[in-house]
Amino acid sequence: MSLTFREFWAASHGLLLGSVFLLAFAGGLAGLYSLRPELVTPAGIKERLGRLKLGTITMAVVAWLTVITGTFIVYPWYRAAPPEGADLTAYPRSFLKANPNLSGWHAFGMEWKEHVAWFAPILATAVVYLVLKYGPDLATNERLRKMAIVIFIIAFSAAAIAGLFGALITKAAPVL
Amino acid sequence: MTTHKLSEKKALPTGPAAAALIASGIGTFVIGLMTTGAVLSEGLKNFLNWWNPAGPLTGKVGIGIIFWLVSWILMHTIWKDKEYDLGKAFTITLVLIGLGLLFTFPPVFEAFE
Repeated sequence: MSLTFREFWAASHGLLLGSVFLLAFAGGLAGLYSLRPELVTPAGIKERLGRLKLGTITMAVVAWLTVITGTFIVYPWYRAAPPEGADLTAYPRSFLKANPNLSGWHAFGMEWKEHVAWFAPILATAVVYLVLKYGPDLATNERLRKMAIVIFIIAFSAAAIAGLFGALITKAAPVL
Repeated sequence: MTTHKLSEKKALPTGPAAAALIASGIGTFVIGLMTTGAVLSEGLKNFLNWWNPAGPLTGKVGIGIIFWLVSWILMHTIWKDKEYDLGKAFTITLVLIGLGLLFTFPPVFEAFE
């Protein structure tokens, strides 16, 4: 039971960071949803704000780490051009494109995933800014809090699209 | 009582929130624009190839991030002490994100190939 260098990075990019991202999103969303004066006391809001900051900052940091490792470490292995006569299983993009039954994983899945994934850290960072800048004001400014929730959910959805296609593409053509 | 106490403090201006929201929309929109633009123009595609192992993706997201950060700094500087209609800012943001999604959606940019 062992992982190659490339498998280690692919697993770190998708599985490890993806799991932390999911946990941070759940924490951040619960924190944003419950930051309401009718649900908690001022002391409770202060306490929840700490967890909210932790959840949103963690999600943004992990989103940045995921797209950076994905784009600059794993993706070059995926898109590497094979030399003449090479075994295409070591070159995922070429392997997928060469097989009509699998080419859609590249043409649709990878093409969408590689771009839409970058929406997640940008949008999550905007939410972190709102949480850090407005803090307890989010409890009384319901409108702004709801806007932050929507942007946070869109950030998560973008990452979820990328994560889902990443897992499916890896199943069809793993980075070995 | 709790609500009253929390409401007593003077609320921060909404300008910085509007700047952060709209700038994030601009960043995602520009990534979408570069994605479809690279399909339309071979020259743009080559220009966006900032680092060959990852190809034009590096330039697409690099330019998106530059636009995001520069627009955020500019709008924040202008609106930091001002009120801005949050509903309007949010609508602009959602439209920009929607366009960004549209332009990164393969069936859309492949239609230009």
